[in-house]
Amino acid sequence: MKFEKRNEGLYALDVCGYVCPHPQLYTKKALEKMKGGELLELVFDNASSGESIAAMCDSIGNEVVEKTTDSGKYTWKIRKIAA
Amino acid sequence: MEAVQEIEGVAKKNQVWAYVIVGFLTLLTMATYAVNEYYIYVAAYLWFGFVYGMCLQYGRFCFSSAFRDLFAVGVPRMAVGIMIAMVLFGAVSAFVTATGNSTFHPAPYGIHSVIAGFIFGVGMVLTGGCASGSLYKAGEGNATAMLVILSISVSQALFASVGGWTNNLVPYSWHQTAVARGLPASINAGDGWVDQYLAGYVWDQPVTRFSKLLELRNPFVASFVGDVLVGIVLPAAVLLIGVYLIWYRKGYLRKRAAARLPTAGLGVNLTGYWSMIVASKRTAIAGLALGIAAGLHMYVMKGLMLKFGVTNFGQLMQEMGITAGLSAKGTVFDPGYWYVTTQEAQWVGWVFNKLGADNMDNIYFGLENGLPNPLINPADWMSLALIGGAAVMALLSNEFKWKGTTRELAMWAIIGGALMGIGSRLGLGCNVGAFFVRVSQGDVSGWMFGSGMFVGAYVGVKFFNWWTERKMAKEMAAFEL
Repeated sequence: MKFEKRNEGLYALDVCGYVCPHPQLYTKKALEKMKGGELLELVFDNASSGESIAAMCDSIGNEVVEKTTDSGKYTWKIRKIAA
Repeated sequence: MEAVQEIEGVAKKNQVWAYVIVGFLTLLTMATYAVNEYYIYVAAYLWFGFVYGMCLQYGRFCFSSAFRDLFAVGVPRMAVGIMIAMVLFGAVSAFVTATGNSTFHPAPYGIHSVIAGFIFGVGMVLTGGCASGSLYKAGEGNATAMLVILSISVSQALFASVGGWTNNLVPYSWHQTAVARGLPASINAGDGWVDQYLAGYVWDQPVTRFSKLLELRNPFVASFVGDVLVGIVLPAAVLLIGVYLIWYRKGYLRKRAAARLPTAGLGVNLTGYWSMIVASKRTAIAGLALGIAAGLHMYVMKGLMLKFGVTNFGQLMQEMGITAGLSAKGTVFDPGYWYVTTQEAQWVGWVFNKLGADNMDNIYFGLENGLPNPLINPADWMSLALIGGAAVMALLSNEFKWKGTTRELAMWAIIGGALMGIGSRLGLGCNVGAFFVRVSQGDVSGWMFGSGMFVGAYVGVKFFNWWTERKMAKEMAAFEL
């Protein structure tokens, strides 16, 4: 698991290789620690986790602004809901 | 242009493999039937397993998620999905039961059901999937899931036959009752923790279904009003109200407010409740399909039993001249419906037996389920085909991916798998056998096991929250947030 700050307002979380519930747990924690309006670039490769992460973002109001898939690897850009 | 062709190339390869799997299972069915028509009995288990695998993968249908993701990330998707599936399964089963065609037998209920569910619940959070969930995820190419299956299999095979020092952990009353039961001497019921647990305690616990509790005379009314309405629909509807209020409502009202829609009143909340039920179409479709398939499975197995004039596949094996591995009663594991864990214990038990272990002197293998060759074990084919069905579905949507495991995940897989193995032996079933099926059949023990799973999952999530928080803190030490 890698969580790093790329720039001001841009973070990257890589949870490739993990199975449920780790990707969704780490994503939740990363977003909680970020400020409103900041962007998280998330990379994971567990399809089931995607369902939970999408639902979680929808419920809280974090916007998944971009989704790309490449041979089972998912890269999502999530913007945390503004405070 | 080249990138597009490359993507199409990947899809083509997946398609080929999907055909290979289906083709193999089809050939196997036809070839075995040509050898002996009794093999159709195994084929029935196989193809229903295949359907379960396809539906589970398509709907990302995971019982672990149902409990875990509620607590972990506030997502009720699977809790809803399971309720839908149980209602459908219940409705089909009620018809099957009312016409006298059910293969189901309710299980003894008691505090042990709750404890077993608790242990299983912790385990399934640690592993990331339930028993069937791990099978379908193995079908997606997930090595961690395969390790979970191995752990569930080995832990059960050991737990079911272990005696020695564990005998000291058995209350004397259990020992006395087990020994006095008059079981075959080869079983040696006074030796072995699980033997004494079953013959000395569980078998004396009460058994009932809601249809019996309500004492309704007409079989159709008893099944539909008792088992389905009182046993499934009402509790499910009430539980989902709780789920809505605790985990869904806030997000729903927030979205309504953002769209400048009213956010108060019963009508709004009823709409919200419905929105929660239909939030995931995939899950709902998978739930519907699974429920109906599970009900049909019972009907088909009963039909085959009637057709061949047997109550257990062991009898057909004997007629085919295959007696190796039969239990002392001449039976093998033949549940008559969707069930996982015992066949996993059996294939490992069979391997141990071949390696010289004396593991037929217990109730689980020796008296009830036998240790037949996995290749002739109908339930093992149900599990294998479940993996195959999930693989086919994953391949057709380009989701199949060989994924290795890590030291950390392997640790959770082994520990969690062992807890699931132990929990399922104590509860006489897993999330499917002890919860999903039993609730759907109106068996009182179903919700008891489920309530244990609920608490166990909560504990498991609390643990993982702590664990991931620690790891997050380590990562964040490198920068300021």
